[in-house]
Amino acid sequence: MSASVPSPVLLETRKLLKQFGEFRAVDHVDFRVQEGEVLALIGSNGAGKTTLVNLISGLLRADAGQIIFRGADVTAQTVHQRIAAGIARSFQLVNLFDQLSALDNVALAIFSRQGKTRKLFSLADADRPVWDEAMAVLHLFRMESKARLSAGGLAQGERKLLDVAIAYALKPRLLFLDEPTSGVSTREKAPIMDTISSVVRSERISAAIIEHDMDVVFSYADRIVAMHQGTILADGTPDEIRRNERVLTTLIGTPETRG
Amino acid sequence: MSTVTTTVALEHRSPVRTLGWAVPALVILLALPFVVDQYQTILLAYGLVMGIAALGFNLLLGYTGLLSFGHSAYFGVGAYTVALMVKYLGVTSMELFLVGAIVACVLVTAVFGIACVRYTRIFFGILTMALSQVLWSLAFKFFWVTGGTDGLRVPTPTLLGLVTGKGDKIAFLATAYYYYVLGVFVICTLVMWVIVSSPFGRALQAIRDNEVRAEFVGIQIRQYRWVAFLVSGVFTGLAGALWVPLNGLTTPDIMHWTFSGEIVFMTVLGGFRSFTGPIIGAIVFNYLKTYAVGYTVYWQLLLGVVLVVLVLSLPTGIVGTAERLWARWRAR
Repeated sequence: MSASVPSPVLLETRKLLKQFGEFRAVDHVDFRVQEGEVLALIGSNGAGKTTLVNLISGLLRADAGQIIFRGADVTAQTVHQRIAAGIARSFQLVNLFDQLSALDNVALAIFSRQGKTRKLFSLADADRPVWDEAMAVLHLFRMESKARLSAGGLAQGERKLLDVAIAYALKPRLLFLDEPTSGVSTREKAPIMDTISSVVRSERISAAIIEHDMDVVFSYADRIVAMHQGTILADGTPDEIRRNERVLTTLIGTPETRG
Repeated sequence: MSTVTTTVALEHRSPVRTLGWAVPALVILLALPFVVDQYQTILLAYGLVMGIAALGFNLLLGYTGLLSFGHSAYFGVGAYTVALMVKYLGVTSMELFLVGAIVACVLVTAVFGIACVRYTRIFFGILTMALSQVLWSLAFKFFWVTGGTDGLRVPTPTLLGLVTGKGDKIAFLATAYYYYVLGVFVICTLVMWVIVSSPFGRALQAIRDNEVRAEFVGIQIRQYRWVAFLVSGVFTGLAGALWVPLNGLTTPDIMHWTFSGEIVFMTVLGGFRSFTGPIIGAIVFNYLKTYAVGYTVYWQLLLGVVLVVLVLSLPTGIVGTAERLWARWRAR
């Protein structure tokens, strides 16, 4: 049913529940991410994908169930603790420090990761290793020419990439990407996904990508998890998902829509 | 290639450019007592003291994005700590006053901060104001300790264990004490500059710009806000301690919320988006208020009109506007 090569489980949710009033956005979900895989979370709007990511990353508190990351229960942990453990995320609606430069945005994540943001009496600008690393991160995301521009002034595609770059700079083991190509033109989608995919795969970071574009999903994911009405509808390789009747009828519609 | 670009980025923010105007400014401040009369020097000392208070206040407003309407409380804690040290302990050393004020402010802001940093925006403002009014009413009602509306007298202190104000008090305030204030002012400005330029300072600005994202780069927002609150309050308290010997008396007025309003006013006047804005604003406001009070009994009305005009036409304050005009002039 799942990936052919069994690799250790990095993250696991057990009967995870989140309710908004009567509505069960995430309904007792058992979800797994293996070490080193690139996973796609698909489903129609309101299926519970973003809520699931919000629960795992700590933006929302679960009403019931457990989140196990690298063998430890992180359900009750703060966002700060989860990031320290190695869970990072980007946002569907780009979430940047718009008044800071692209370089500053990335550098802040590095300062934070190194615990240096607790320092009141040292000059941030004088910390060369951090700025060099920030520049290297931007280079990896092919954005070094934009380093000095304020994040608020970047094009949508660049803002999307910068959002991912910030999360990447936290050196996570598990990276959640909430619709990294939403809001950008079809032409820009492939280059953005190529960039993200090459970074993630070369660093062997596990990634879970929420995505609507089936072309993107089928070409970049090792495994696909389909959600519907707060539950997991199907879980398998791209080929398995392509042939899955329930997925085809509820999510994709016509069989022609394939990559 | 990456190193080259980094170097450019660093040069861009080099402190050398800041020193370019900081050194001449300091020279003027050092030379002024030889040029202007004693009254003007003392007036400037008041301005510098308020500059420290506004600098502290702006760590919250300009850098962390929190509008405190209760900074009179910490100014008052600083001032009353000095007055009570005189009254009950017979202390005369200015250094001990400053240490006492810092300790008292750390204690008060630590407690107030825990309550206040749980909120933001208007809720934060209202809560800081309410807490400051509590201190004001204590100073107002407990007259056997605080002297009530009569306040507490504070004689001229001993500076560095050497200089005393025995004899001509005005000459003491206009020379030795002025330089003492200037010294503390320079240290405070340097320390604050380092703080806002530190990784911590960057984290505060990140919280200001985007709270959610700041949390998701691993910044513990409330803790950072609390530390900023503490530093901010201590700076303002230090200003309160320096202010008492100048004034010779502390009354509950400086704890009242209207005084918090003055701190807000001077910061907005100078420009809360720039580091130097609050300092310039405090010095200008001090002159403005002194002369407005001298000319008309309706000085508050006059300052109110100034504030309305300012917010509507120069939202970036004096410094922000000056920077814009300078940039435009250079671009020609």
